Amino acid sequence: MRIRAQIGMVLNLDKCIGCHTCSVTCKNVWTSRDGVEYAWFNNVETKPGLGYPTDWENQARWNGGWERTKAGKLQPKQGSKWRILANIFANPDLPEIDDYYEPFDFDHDHLKSAPEMAAFPTARPYSKITGERIEKIEKGPNWEEILGGEFAKRSGDYNFEGIEKQIYGEYENTFMMYLPRLCEHCLNPTCAASYPSGAIYKREEDGIVLIDQEKCRGWRMCVSGCPYKKVYYNWSTGKSEKCTLCYPRIESGNPTVCSETCVGRIRYLGVMLYDADKIESAANAYDEKDLYDAQLGVFLDPNDPVVIETARADGIPEDWIKAAQESPIWKMAMEWKVAFPLHPEYRTLPMVWYIPPLSPIQNAAEAGAIGTDAGMPDVRTLRIPVKYLANMLTAGDEAPVVNALERMLAMRSYMRSKTVEGVIDEGIAARVGLSGRVIEDMYKIMALADYEDRFVIPTTHREQVEEAYDLKGGCGFTDSNGCSTGISKGSLFGGSKKPLKMPSEVQ
Amino acid sequence: MFANFSLDFFIFGIMPYIALTVLIVGSIARYERDPFTWKSSSSQLLRRKQLIVGSVFFHVGIITVFFGHLVGLFTPVWILDALGIPYALKQWMAVLIGGIAGIVALIGATMLIHRRLTDARIRATSSFADIGIMVLIWLQLFIGLGTITLTVQHMDGVEMVHFMNWSQSVILLNLNAWLDVANVHWLYKAHIFLGLLITILFPFTRLVHMISGFAAPFRYLFRPGFQLVRSRRQDPLPRARNVVPAANRAVKPVANPAE
Repeated sequence: MRIRAQIGMVLNLDKCIGCHTCSVTCKNVWTSRDGVEYAWFNNVETKPGLGYPTDWENQARWNGGWERTKAGKLQPKQGSKWRILANIFANPDLPEIDDYYEPFDFDHDHLKSAPEMAAFPTARPYSKITGERIEKIEKGPNWEEILGGEFAKRSGDYNFEGIEKQIYGEYENTFMMYLPRLCEHCLNPTCAASYPSGAIYKREEDGIVLIDQEKCRGWRMCVSGCPYKKVYYNWSTGKSEKCTLCYPRIESGNPTVCSETCVGRIRYLGVMLYDADKIESAANAYDEKDLYDAQLGVFLDPNDPVVIETARADGIPEDWIKAAQESPIWKMAMEWKVAFPLHPEYRTLPMVWYIPPLSPIQNAAEAGAIGTDAGMPDVRTLRIPVKYLANMLTAGDEAPVVNALERMLAMRSYMRSKTVEGVIDEGIAARVGLSGRVIEDMYKIMALADYEDRFVIPTTHREQVEEAYDLKGGCGFTDSNGCSTGISKGSLFGGSKKPLKMPSEVQ
Repeated sequence: MFANFSLDFFIFGIMPYIALTVLIVGSIARYERDPFTWKSSSSQLLRRKQLIVGSVFFHVGIITVFFGHLVGLFTPVWILDALGIPYALKQWMAVLIGGIAGIVALIGATMLIHRRLTDARIRATSSFADIGIMVLIWLQLFIGLGTITLTVQHMDGVEMVHFMNWSQSVILLNLNAWLDVANVHWLYKAHIFLGLLITILFPFTRLVHMISGFAAPFRYLFRPGFQLVRSRRQDPLPRARNVVPAANRAVKPVANPAE
C-alpha cells in the first residue's frame, strides 16, 4: 500500500442552473490570451447534446482514454508507445479547431467610428485567428444551450447508447440537464501517458495534473489522449495547456475559481486518500461496469487507524489526514454513494465526480398512471432516463444511479416531513438504507452547502517542497522566460516578450 | 592582405566552422535560456487539410535524406575500401535512395508551402522565420535533386569521394579541406552553401524541434510504464516502514452507515 492524497471535486448536478459563471470566471483568469480564445478549461454543456468539442464522448472517433487489449494489457486507445511515436508528424486523432469553434470577436469599434449613414452601424464578427470577417458564426463554446438545434443532430449524444431515443425528440418527453466539465485530474491520466516528451505529470502531494510549459514540445498527443478533450493546444505559443485546478489557490487553501464563484453552490472540494499501488489493476478491470466499483476500491478510509498510520509513514501531513476525514468528497462518493465518476469506461479513474440530477416526474405519473413506491415516486419515472445517466456516470450500470436518486428523493421526503409536518420519519431513511442522522448530514452538506462544508482544503506544506529563501524577490507566477529581465523587446528565438507597461511621465 | 582571398575558401573552409559553432552554441543557449520557445510549432489544429499527407511525406523523406547524407559523407573512405564496396555502387545507392526520398520530401514540402502560403489561418499565424526556413528547405531539396542530373553523368564515384573527403577533412580540422570541392560544378557548391546557411539558422527557427524529435523516442520508450509523477519534496520519503499493509489484513467494512 502506497498512500497518496488527491484534491478531488464533486459537482452536484441536481443544483446546477447552467449560469456559466464558472466558465466565465475561469476564462477571465486563465484563457483570455492569444491562442487559447477557443479553449475553455471549464465549460458547461446542455445535455443531451454533442457537447464541446463536438462529439467528444465518442471515443470510436477520437481514440481518447485507455483500452484493455485482448491480451489483458492496459494501453492508450491511441495505441502503444510505438504507434504514438509513429504518428508524431501528423496526429490522425487530433481534433481541428473547427471541432471546437473558430474563435471570434466583434467589431465593437465600428459602433463609434462608423461615418454617418442611413442604417445603424452594427458590430459584425471577425475571426480571432485570421482577423477576417466571419459572415455567419457556425459554432460556439455552448452552441446547444438549452437544447439549441434540432434533436436529430443532438441525438448523436453518446449517452443515448442502448436507449430508444426517438421518443425523447417529442416535445412531451423532452428532457435536459447541464453538465459542467473541467479537467478530471485523473488517477490514471491518458494525457500524461501519451506524452512523448514527458511534460505532463501528476503532482505527488495533491494529485493535480499539470503541463510543464518549458518541456512541452507541441507533439499534441496529449490532446487526443485525453478522452474528455480537456487538454488544449495553444496555437499561438505551440504548447498545450489545461486546467490547473487553480493550484496557486489550492496551495493556499482556497477553492478553485470555478468553485468559489459557483452561484448554485454545487461544487465541493476535498481530500481523498488512495492507494497508488491499486491504480493499475483498478483501471484494468475486465468489465467496464466494474470500473466504478474498482475505483471505489482504490480510495482508502481516512478513519481507519492502519490507513492513518501508513499515511503518516508515506509522508502525508497531519492536517491533510484530518482534511481527508472531513472531506465532503469522501462522504458523497463513499459513504452516501451519491456521486459518480464521469465516464469511468475511459479507464482514467477521474477525480471530478458528479451527483446525478433529479428531474420532474413524467405527466403520466402525476396522473396516477405510474405507481409510486410507498409515497415516493419511482425514479424510473423521472424525466431524465436512468439509463442515460448510467451511460454517463457508471458505464451503463443503472443500479448505483437508481440508489443515489432514491436517496436524494428520500432526503427531500424526510426533510419535508420533518420541517413541514414536524414528523421525523425514520422509515423513509431506512427504506434507502440510511438513518435520519445521516440524512440530516446529507441535507446540511448537499442542500444547505455552507462554504466551509463545501471546501475542506488543507494548505500545501511549503516547508517540505520549497526553499522559501530562494523565493524571496522572485517573480512569482510567470509565463515563458522565468525571471528574465528581458534585455531586448524582441527575442532571438521567436517568442514575443510582453514587458509590463510602465507609467510614463506626464508632459 | 585580402589580395588572394577566395570566396571558395570562405564558404568551404571557414563557413563550416561558423555554422557548427552557431549550431551548437546557439542551440545550447536557446535550450538553456528560453526553453519555452523550444517547440515544433505544429499548425495541425488550425488546418488538418494537406498537413497529414504533406507532413508525413516531408518528414519521412527528409529524415531519410538526412541520415543518407550523414552516413554517406562521414563514412571514412578506407572503410569502403576495406569492405570492398565499389565507389560506383555506393554512388548508385546514394542516387537511388536519395533520389526517391528527395522526391517524396519535395512533394511533401511543396504541399506544406502551398498550405502555409494560401491557407488564411496558417498564413496569419506564420512568422517570417517559419516561411523563410520552409522556402530555404524547399530550395535545398530542389537543388539537391538538381545535382542528381549532374551526378548521373559521371557514375564512377570520384566526385562523390571529393565530397566525402571534404566533410571528413572539415571534421578533422584540416584547413585545406576547401580545396577538395573548389572545382566542382556550381550547383553542388550552391547545395553545400545552402546547407551551411540552414545549419546557421537552425537555433533561431522552429528547426530545433528536430533535436526533441530524435530524443523523444528514447525518453518515451525507456520511461518505465506510462505514468509520470513529480514530487516537489526536497527530502525523499522514508523507504522502510514498519506498518502492516492494510491489504494483508482482514478487510475492514467501509464506514458506511448505509450498509
